[in-house]
Amino acid sequence: MKSTSGNAGGVQKKKMNGYVGFSNYPNQVHRRSVKRGFSFTLMIVGESGIGKSTLINTLFDNKIFPDHEESPPSAEPVKGVDITSMSADIQESGVKLRLTVVDTPGFGDSINNEDAWQPILENIESRFDAYLAQENRVNRSKISDNRIDSVIYFIKPTGHCLRAIDIEFMKRLHTKVNLIPIIAKADTLTARELELFKAKILADINYHGIQIFKPVSDEFDDSETVTDNREILSKIPFAVVGSEKYVDREDGTSVRGRRYPWGIIEVENEQHNDFIKLRQMLLRTHMEELKDTTDMVLYENYRTQKLLSMGHVQDNNVFREFNPLVQLEEERRAHEAKMQKMEAEMSAVFQQKVQEKESKLKQSEEELYARHKEMKTVLEKQRSELDDKKKRAEASARPITPMEHHSAAPTTKSKKKNIFSGF
Amino acid sequence: MSSQNETQEYVGFDTITQQMERKFLKRGFNLNVILVGESGMGKSTLINSIFASHLVDSMGRRTAQEVIRKTTEITPVTQTLEEKGVHVRLTIIDTPGYGDQCNNEGCWVPVIKYIKDQHAAYLESELKPQRARVINDTRVHACLYFLNPGSRGLRPLDVEVLKRLTEVTNVIPVIAKSDSMTLEERTTFKRHVKEEMAFHRIVVYPYASEDDNDEDRMLNSSIKELVPFAVVGSEEVIDVDGTPVRGRRHGWGVINIFDEAHSDFVHLRNFLLRTHLSDLIEVTAQRHYEQFRTSQLRQIKEIRAQQAAAAAAAGGSMPGHQIQQSASQQMPTGPLPQQPMAQV
Repeated sequence: MKSTSGNAGGVQKKKMNGYVGFSNYPNQVHRRSVKRGFSFTLMIVGESGIGKSTLINTLFDNKIFPDHEESPPSAEPVKGVDITSMSADIQESGVKLRLTVVDTPGFGDSINNEDAWQPILENIESRFDAYLAQENRVNRSKISDNRIDSVIYFIKPTGHCLRAIDIEFMKRLHTKVNLIPIIAKADTLTARELELFKAKILADINYHGIQIFKPVSDEFDDSETVTDNREILSKIPFAVVGSEKYVDREDGTSVRGRRYPWGIIEVENEQHNDFIKLRQMLLRTHMEELKDTTDMVLYENYRTQKLLSMGHVQDNNVFREFNPLVQLEEERRAHEAKMQKMEAEMSAVFQQKVQEKESKLKQSEEELYARHKEMKTVLEKQRSELDDKKKRAEASARPITPMEHHSAAPTTKSKKKNIFSGF
Repeated sequence: MSSQNETQEYVGFDTITQQMERKFLKRGFNLNVILVGESGMGKSTLINSIFASHLVDSMGRRTAQEVIRKTTEITPVTQTLEEKGVHVRLTIIDTPGYGDQCNNEGCWVPVIKYIKDQHAAYLESELKPQRARVINDTRVHACLYFLNPGSRGLRPLDVEVLKRLTEVTNVIPVIAKSDSMTLEERTTFKRHVKEEMAFHRIVVYPYASEDDNDEDRMLNSSIKELVPFAVVGSEEVIDVDGTPVRGRRHGWGVINIFDEAHSDFVHLRNFLLRTHLSDLIEVTAQRHYEQFRTSQLRQIKEIRAQQAAAAAAAGGSMPGHQIQQSASQQMPTGPLPQQPMAQV
């Protein structure tokens, strides 16, 4: 452990004085994984007769694919690409592997193969979709992973550059899966022809910007791993030969191979073909990396694209660093600001209400005043009328009887009273 | 009804064979072979091996920058070979681009068209009022059709194209890179191919004919057994225990292309050049060319009849036209109608 105790980002590096024991964690992980078992999903793509089933059976030393049945010739040509999958539970040294191999019969067999890649791409994406749906469930305790961890693409041993169908397929799929192109039926090519052929294939792949799976070493790998990785890399694309049959060699030993009139090609002889390297990369050293890349890179890219296209917007606030003191301070400030805001709001409301009331009162005052004025004018009018009446009455009847005079007076009085009592 | 009489004295007409030979030596002959198959099947290597000389270059894509051909090109290359005084004007017609695209619909059309065009050119020369003494024969005498080793038999593309090719020329199916098949796999493959050809009624060369005697029949049946020829080609000479051998060297063994246990190469070469060469040329002339000629002339006659009927219906007999009508008994001159090409 490094002994620097720098304060970069607030994380300190400490040196330990004794054995604590957390270095045993990887073993715990290992034991748990072994108990749980692994799954690996492989897809094989290539035209019929190129050796796909044989290679799988050879790789896993198991008859995963049965022999192709002989069908009589029919007038119906093969139409389109089928997707079929075979699963097998195999075990080695207590480690359980659920192996799924997805076959693509019909690829490249028709006269028109323009869209042969499409059903394959759709299948890969539907597996991503299924996983995405499971991730978004409420109960995520059981997620089954059917995603394709790797596609093995079989190239015909023509000796020339890649064919149109090869380039088209790889360009369409290289960003969605780990692509491992291999040269099938490598027993057709001599060592020199193979060298030139591999160079042509790699040139074509680079020219078209196709990304294939390559083992890379980083600074944490030990020198042995680095050398191994470099050796594997030097043989890509692998030229392989598969065989389920055992043949007897001159010295009596029995090996898996193919017997020709001119000799026997051995599957597990590194001088004869790259089968060993393929098996090493696929199963022994880089299986975990294939699964990891599928999960962390390919699936994530697909998910991002899909969600963005569905209209989700990225909220970057979740990425800020979490510091409790700063957090509290922020919260306090936020709270204070909130209180101030509330205060201001309330006073504003108060002001508004007061104004309203005032204007209302003013209005009613004015109304009353207007009414008062109105009534006054009415009263004045009545008074003047009464005065007129009185004058006329006085003028017309001089000898006023005391009763008339008497009766006239209280009415005015009561009238007067009535008018003014109302006020 | 002629009775065969053995002559008592020696008359000497049996020297006709030598006279013909001498004529042949003087004149030489044409041989035209077309190679049909996807790139990378081993076409150029095989034909160079058969004639033991570098006649054609491979037309396969060599660098990533080369563009993939969008159509089938027809590239005839003519060379003169000489052996023991006999000259042959050998034309090898390669078909780069055939079967190389994603969508191979109609990739056979330029091939069929080329073959028919050669028949048409010959017919035209024949019909000229003043014919050349020896017409330059560009008709395709043999078509080597390259099958894909490993497929379970014929592919859909093979079926489509073979049906059409066998109608216009002598087709010889071969598997050029058969060093990827064990002997057992070869037998199974040949059986499947024969079954499928029988099912689709595809008839390849050699054809049975009534003139065959027992010897011919035996030879033909032994050839038919081998079809399609599983061969290995090589232009390289390698050293095997001191002897130079034409073959291929692998880490697990050396293939000698002339070894009959290794491949059918010797059988193919003998069949092509040593036993059936003249038959190929003759059958082309008698069967395929005659078929073409008959259908062509029948069409011309029909067209003329239609034209005549149309003219008569239009009213008025035109002297020029009447002359034409009587002349229709002779063969017309000029360029032949292009209609047959459409029925590919």
